[in-house]
Amino acid sequence: MTVTDLVSYEDALAAYDPVMGLEVHVELGTKTKMFCGCATTLGADANAQTCPTCLGLPGSLPVVNAIGVESAIKIGLALNCSIAEWCRFARKNYFYPDMPKNFQTSQYDEPIAFDGYLDVQLEDGEVFRVQIERAHMEEDTGKSTHVGGATGRIHGASHSLLDYNRAGIPLIEIVTKPIEGAGERAPEVAKAYVAELRELIKALGVSEARMEMGQMRCDVNLSLRPNGTEKLGTRSETKNVNSLRSVERAARFEIQRHAAVLSSGGTIVQETRHFHEEDGSTTAGRIKDNAEDYRYFPEPDLVPVAPAREWVEELRGALPELPRLRRNRLREEWGVSAHDMQSILNAGAVDLIVATTEAGADSASARKWWMGELARRANEDGVDLAALPITPVQVARVAALVAEGSLNDKLARQTIEGVLAGEGDPDTVVEKRGLKVVSDEGALGSAVDEAIAGNAAIADKIRGGKVAAAGALVGAVMKATRGQADAARVRELILERLGVTEG
Amino acid sequence: MPGITREEVAHLARLARLELKDEELDHFAGQLDDIIGAVARVSEVADQDVPPTSHPLPLTNVMRADEVRPSLTPEQALSGAPAQEQQRFKVPQILGEE
Repeated sequence: MTVTDLVSYEDALAAYDPVMGLEVHVELGTKTKMFCGCATTLGADANAQTCPTCLGLPGSLPVVNAIGVESAIKIGLALNCSIAEWCRFARKNYFYPDMPKNFQTSQYDEPIAFDGYLDVQLEDGEVFRVQIERAHMEEDTGKSTHVGGATGRIHGASHSLLDYNRAGIPLIEIVTKPIEGAGERAPEVAKAYVAELRELIKALGVSEARMEMGQMRCDVNLSLRPNGTEKLGTRSETKNVNSLRSVERAARFEIQRHAAVLSSGGTIVQETRHFHEEDGSTTAGRIKDNAEDYRYFPEPDLVPVAPAREWVEELRGALPELPRLRRNRLREEWGVSAHDMQSILNAGAVDLIVATTEAGADSASARKWWMGELARRANEDGVDLAALPITPVQVARVAALVAEGSLNDKLARQTIEGVLAGEGDPDTVVEKRGLKVVSDEGALGSAVDEAIAGNAAIADKIRGGKVAAAGALVGAVMKATRGQADAARVRELILERLGVTEG
Repeated sequence: MPGITREEVAHLARLARLELKDEELDHFAGQLDDIIGAVARVSEVADQDVPPTSHPLPLTNVMRADEVRPSLTPEQALSGAPAQEQQRFKVPQILGEE
């Protein structure tokens, strides 16, 4: 089938029940590779971070990275898994130039963590429990560049170039049990699961889990069975779906595609599929016939890993508060809606707001700055909020200056602008730019008098009881003082001078 | 008694990217069957109290600290490569062989 026919999502769900399995690979943030001491720094020169072990040269011997094992246990515990008392590495044999050893060191029938679950919260607040099959340790592959074909595709390439800097970087593969019972919400569950897992990995501090940089990648397995039946259908495996939105789109597309094939009497081929960001579609890749014959066997060069129970309990005791629970706690403390909390999370602002309140700001102003002015700037510059050259402590200082009345909103924005421009701390910017609210009664008084004299008609209206017209005079004073006046005080002075009271 | 068939040997040869002639297949299938038969004798003497062993040494948890060690230079890493381009290992066409 070259052209993919789809049935509508509603029709697909009316007839079929989707079952998913999600495999997520997380690249750990260790300083060195899983089995050798080569650095893992991003952006290094090609093949500058390799050694005889990760190049698979004869006579080299791997030794496992202790932080790699520790991170795997932390992830397993956070996913409510049992931790193996004894487990081994295994060789997964295959010939492909991304692995110079001709095998990937992985785990087979003895994963370090197994039988757990992760509760994920959907957008309407419903909690869905995703069962975890296993989490195991393995290593990443090298990076291929295909030359001579169209747009770097492997098809039609004349040859390929390999950079092995990434080969051997620790990976944890997390595999769910079949996710059943999600029905029409299956794509949403898939997205929420990957999102929650990403937050969890970040909270554990074992990886930055940046999907756009390939530090976290998802394979979506999906099959359909007729509604009301038990037997699982044939699945397709959509590889390397690398954003949250794509996970949802890939699941949705595959539901529609499978339904089209099945309802026209066809059969689903068990195959890997490639996801296309441009239109959210998938296309056929390798057919998985006996490609599964990896001839796994215990890795003879690595001794078994037998994590001491005391170590496991120590790691369990040091686990951070789970992201979902922490978010719900903060949402209540801050008094914001679930929708607003979702926006804060999506903007990557949760930790920044927390740090700003810890530096003394109230949560409302911390949220206001990070989700307003600063989110806008980050968006304009195309960077993460956290990457802006301003710290939570500096934002808290601006908030404090506003709270004590030294800055009004406009001046505060100018102060933040100055900090972002590298002019120094808020106090330095205020000093250098001369950004102080004019509350000196004398200076304000004469500006107010001038505004009244220059706008006699408006002043008469106010005297006549049209208090709402005072805004125009406040505006005139603000303009005259280049925005540095305390607007509330100016309004009071105007009404006082004109002998009117509010209300 | 577990043995190995000629078909299994042919399959293994394909997985290992070994091109074997018909007479070589006959030859190796016989040899491998003998070897597997010899190794299988271990399970005749190993009773319930001898668990399958993959490592001869009674060692576990050999780990290294997460500390960077010097890598090879790219020149050293590539010194054994049959072909290179742009400081990378150059390999023949990956798809198109089958």
